[in-house]
Amino acid sequence: MTNSTPSTGLKAPKLRLGIRDGSDDGWGYAPAPESTDHVELRDRYGLFIDGDFTDAADGRTFETANPATEEKIADVALAGDADVDRAVAAARRAYDEVWSQLAPRERGKYVYRIARVLQERGRELAITESLDGGKPIRESRDVDIPLAAAHFFYYAGWADKLDYAFPGRGARALGVAGQVIPWNFPLLMAAWKIAPAIAAGNTVVLKPAETTPLTALKLAEIIRDAGVPPGVVNIVTGAGETGAAVVQHEDVDKVAFTGSTEVGKLIRRALAGSDKHYTLELGGKAANLVFEDAAVDQAVEGIVNGIFFNQGHVCCAGSRLLVQESVADEVISKLKDRMETLIVGDPLDKNTDIGAINSRAQLDKIEEYLEIGEAEGAEPFQTSCPVPERGYWCRPTLFLQASQSHRVVQEEIFGPVLAVQTFRTVDEGIAMANNTPYGLSGGVWSDKGAKAFRVTSRIRAGVLWANTYNKFDPTAPFGGYKESGIGREGGLAGLHAYLRPEAAA
Amino acid sequence: MQMSPATASFESPPIDTVGVEERVARLCSRSIKKDAKLQALHLTLSMIDLTTLEGADSEGKVRQLCAKALQLHAALPDLPHVAAVCVYPALVGVAKRALEGSGINVASVATSFPAGQAPIEIKLLEVRKAVEAGADEVDMVISRGRCLAGDFAYSADEIASVKEACGEAHLKVILETGELGTLDAVRRASDLAMRSGADFIKTSTGKIKPAATMPVVLVMLEAIRDHYLRTGEKIGMKPAGGISTAKDAIRHLVMVRETLGQDWLDPDLYRFGASSLANDVLRQIVKQRSGIYQSFDDFSL
Repeated sequence: MTNSTPSTGLKAPKLRLGIRDGSDDGWGYAPAPESTDHVELRDRYGLFIDGDFTDAADGRTFETANPATEEKIADVALAGDADVDRAVAAARRAYDEVWSQLAPRERGKYVYRIARVLQERGRELAITESLDGGKPIRESRDVDIPLAAAHFFYYAGWADKLDYAFPGRGARALGVAGQVIPWNFPLLMAAWKIAPAIAAGNTVVLKPAETTPLTALKLAEIIRDAGVPPGVVNIVTGAGETGAAVVQHEDVDKVAFTGSTEVGKLIRRALAGSDKHYTLELGGKAANLVFEDAAVDQAVEGIVNGIFFNQGHVCCAGSRLLVQESVADEVISKLKDRMETLIVGDPLDKNTDIGAINSRAQLDKIEEYLEIGEAEGAEPFQTSCPVPERGYWCRPTLFLQASQSHRVVQEEIFGPVLAVQTFRTVDEGIAMANNTPYGLSGGVWSDKGAKAFRVTSRIRAGVLWANTYNKFDPTAPFGGYKESGIGREGGLAGLHAYLRPEAAA
Repeated sequence: MQMSPATASFESPPIDTVGVEERVARLCSRSIKKDAKLQALHLTLSMIDLTTLEGADSEGKVRQLCAKALQLHAALPDLPHVAAVCVYPALVGVAKRALEGSGINVASVATSFPAGQAPIEIKLLEVRKAVEAGADEVDMVISRGRCLAGDFAYSADEIASVKEACGEAHLKVILETGELGTLDAVRRASDLAMRSGADFIKTSTGKIKPAATMPVVLVMLEAIRDHYLRTGEKIGMKPAGGISTAKDAIRHLVMVRETLGQDWLDPDLYRFGASSLANDVLRQIVKQRSGIYQSFDDFSL
């Protein structure tokens, strides 16, 4: 009987394929830019408070720019403490007087309506997302916007069924939720936060990230046009200080934050001793384990999806590749070939695989890690594709021969940078996967079903994928262990986070 | 359990169907416009094996087809010619005479196409007769029944003997993937064919559905790539059956480009087995040049 390394038996092939994007010879793809004609963007955006758009009390604004061109798109109102006060007061009033008095079925109707309009205006929202945040249109069109709508649809269905969601435990809303979201999935994160909150009967004050406020403000328009009562959803734009004002506001009952572990720790400290409920969805440094019995080509595809999706600006990105030594040469060689086909450039081009890095600050951080990795002794590999002159870009990058003690293995880079390590045995692979302060997600690649289940159950992370990666669904809970956060979003668990835990009367 | 020598001597990697379908979906999202599209359309024409494989085929029908191969569209004289005309062995001579001096190859199916259920002696005789009549390329079918029964040694030997009988003629090995059932079986048959002497591997006879689906072709392309990386030998690929539109063809070219690279974007290494594809491509070329879609009646059969 033959034994089981049914890999192709390739060992560091000397031959290379003629796959290289940006090489001039042969057949290439002409630019295929998405038209922006029908997208209306204003020069100036206000805060969405109590059903209306208003300027900040002190008139301050900040600029939001297109990271692919470094050009300013619009001035956006910068909410100060007074504005946050006003937003929280509006949310409280809406909660007391309208939203908590409304029949749950009516609440559900509004949430369904938001979902439908998100779908109808999907193309416009996708383009806006790519313009403001730099992500490729293929992803904003096929992932961000449809998933955002799906979250509203999913939670709309629960609005009048809360008693069935948690039988015998009662279901009362918490009140006013203060929510702060990151720049990597601007509209999708807004949906993750707003949909369960309002479906469960809460009202919200949401603060989008300062580099990507536009789709949240378009969502505000949609919410207004859907006839949602004023004050149920309030959106205050600004930077860290605005976010701090939201989460620390004394009349906020529940805090939901998605962002860095660093800020998450500050929030947890600030909330200590208060009676605020909170969920924190923070950083990650997920391991993607490829075993020798994996379907290699599909695993390579999964590695690419795991780390290069959304420029690697993904908290659950598979940023550590752990590959079994017996197949490491083949996997790495095929990974490099696959990476050479990735097109980096104009986010609005339908063929772009990797768009712009979200901001100058984030690019600086990634570049700092590129230097750190090299200094630590990991061996860098970057693809040869051309990148535009203006804008913020980072070619897909590997750090080969990375070690568990390296910072590029331990710390979240939040960019298209993959640390590659090898392991010998299943136990060693699991130990390396778990040897991290984070515990948000992970991936396992093996053609053996039993092994996949055994290994995934031994990895301490909130989300584990087997033979796939970065799959999201509104019905599935999402969240972390350890420094990756506390609480779950999505699914019933995500709904529960917006309800008061009480025994039934 | 009895292990045949062929299974013991090599292993094919496992294939994850869900992953393959996902990769295909992503490749299909490539948007090919303007010059890139026109270039792809021309390339497609040059890769077509213009095919007629009917019981009712006659000399007249084959001459018609050859005339079409020689002049795809009178209104566009600067088009590339197709790669080959593909017929049954009995009609190879007719095609050969009609295409003489044109640079267009004559391909003949053989080995008791499409079922392949004949004694090996008869299959080999058929191959020799086709080559004698002037076939430049032979499209054989594998014994799917034997493969499904696990008798890979038989299939390997059969392919090797047909290769020998081909002499100078190029051998394309038809896997009839629609009968193999799984992508794992497709991969195994691809590996087996390449190791046994195939110059090309080909998906289907066109008589069985499904035929050249994108996932099947992707798995075969990956097998070709692995074979190349291991041996340095470049095996060709021919999807056949079910590719009838220019849009489908371009998706295949995208898949080839991103799996095997530019070298395979060449009629020597990639072919489309198709009967109706050429006219859709011609129609798209006219559209790209003039901005207007012509009626199908403006293109010859």
